[in-house]
Amino acid sequence: MLKTLLDLFVSFFKIGLFGFGGGYAMISLIQNELNNHGWLSMEEFVNIIAVAEMTPGPIAINSGTYVGYKVSGLAGSVVATLAVVVPSFILVLLLSLFYDKVRRSDYIIKLLQYLRPILIALVLAAAVFVARTSIIDFNSVLIVLVVLFLLHKTKIHPVMVIILAGVSGALLYG
Amino acid sequence: MRDKVVKLAKIFSIFFRIGLFTFGGGFAMIPLIRRELVDKQGWIDEERFIDAILVTQTVPGAVAINLSIFFGYRLLGLAGAVVAAFAVALPSFLIILGFASFFNNFAGHSLVDNIFKGIRPAIVGLILYGGFQLSKSIKWTGSLVLITVLALLATSVLNISPVIIILLVLLITLIDHLLRGRRIIPDKGIQVVKEGQDAENIA
Repeated sequence: MLKTLLDLFVSFFKIGLFGFGGGYAMISLIQNELNNHGWLSMEEFVNIIAVAEMTPGPIAINSGTYVGYKVSGLAGSVVATLAVVVPSFILVLLLSLFYDKVRRSDYIIKLLQYLRPILIALVLAAAVFVARTSIIDFNSVLIVLVVLFLLHKTKIHPVMVIILAGVSGALLYG
Repeated sequence: MRDKVVKLAKIFSIFFRIGLFTFGGGFAMIPLIRRELVDKQGWIDEERFIDAILVTQTVPGAVAINLSIFFGYRLLGLAGAVVAAFAVALPSFLIILGFASFFNNFAGHSLVDNIFKGIRPAIVGLILYGGFQLSKSIKWTGSLVLITVLALLATSVLNISPVIIILLVLLITLIDHLLRGRRIIPDKGIQVVKEGQDAENIA
């Protein structure tokens, strides 16, 4: 039990520490940790991403809470959620202390430039990973294409996209 | 002391609300924070706000959490930071706990399974589109495309941990910084964020 809690803490601490760019860019990182420990089936993880999209709050927090709960109940969910936040906490406080030096620093600006293409690669890697567990037949390919079309051509809200996709799922597979 | 408690309570209620109403997380919450802290309370001025958005992006972690900690600290020191972070995370924590117990009971139910069968491919579309939006903030060159493709192959084909790749980027940036000093490549993304006020410094 204690060992599991410690594992949860270390994994989600790592996710918090290296999760630059937040959101989609963190999915690959989380998936990597989940895979190493076998905590969640990949299908279940994609379901969590879906829930994270439909509910308020960052994906990292949502996954931490869910995985922690699944692996060792309420204690696990508290530990994993805290672990994701702690690195941000320490780093943002440090940043606040050196704020005036840092905010115009060349290193920071350069780091953002170098990181951005990598973050895009991580977002695409997340798409590849999710596609592997969710593109199972012609219907699912169709759903991806329709979603891309709607997002590009209309101002549809992501929550609406998910609701429509859920209804299509119930109809197509029912 | 009383003032401090009142302000803490206010910070809690503001960030709890922000945590409760930001769907899609991260950058979606920026307008909401601006309205609360800049327009309504007048606790932070516009320029500092824009700087903060830029600076917090350089720190790993969820954007929503980072912003809350940053502003919480600015407003009321360590206590403010703790309260803001706690308040912003609390709604999603409670919602996911509820969902987890729901899902334990309903997984395997065929209607729920079918609904998620439809939702999962939609997530692929949402992520791809997110990547496309992000890619617009970059001035693409041949070498940047190459780096992106290599990083993508490294993670999705070779299964190299993103941690390694990010550590590599930090290292390369540091070496480049030490070798080439202050020379900075012009970057339209950052200029947009800074709304031109510092464009000449960056270019």
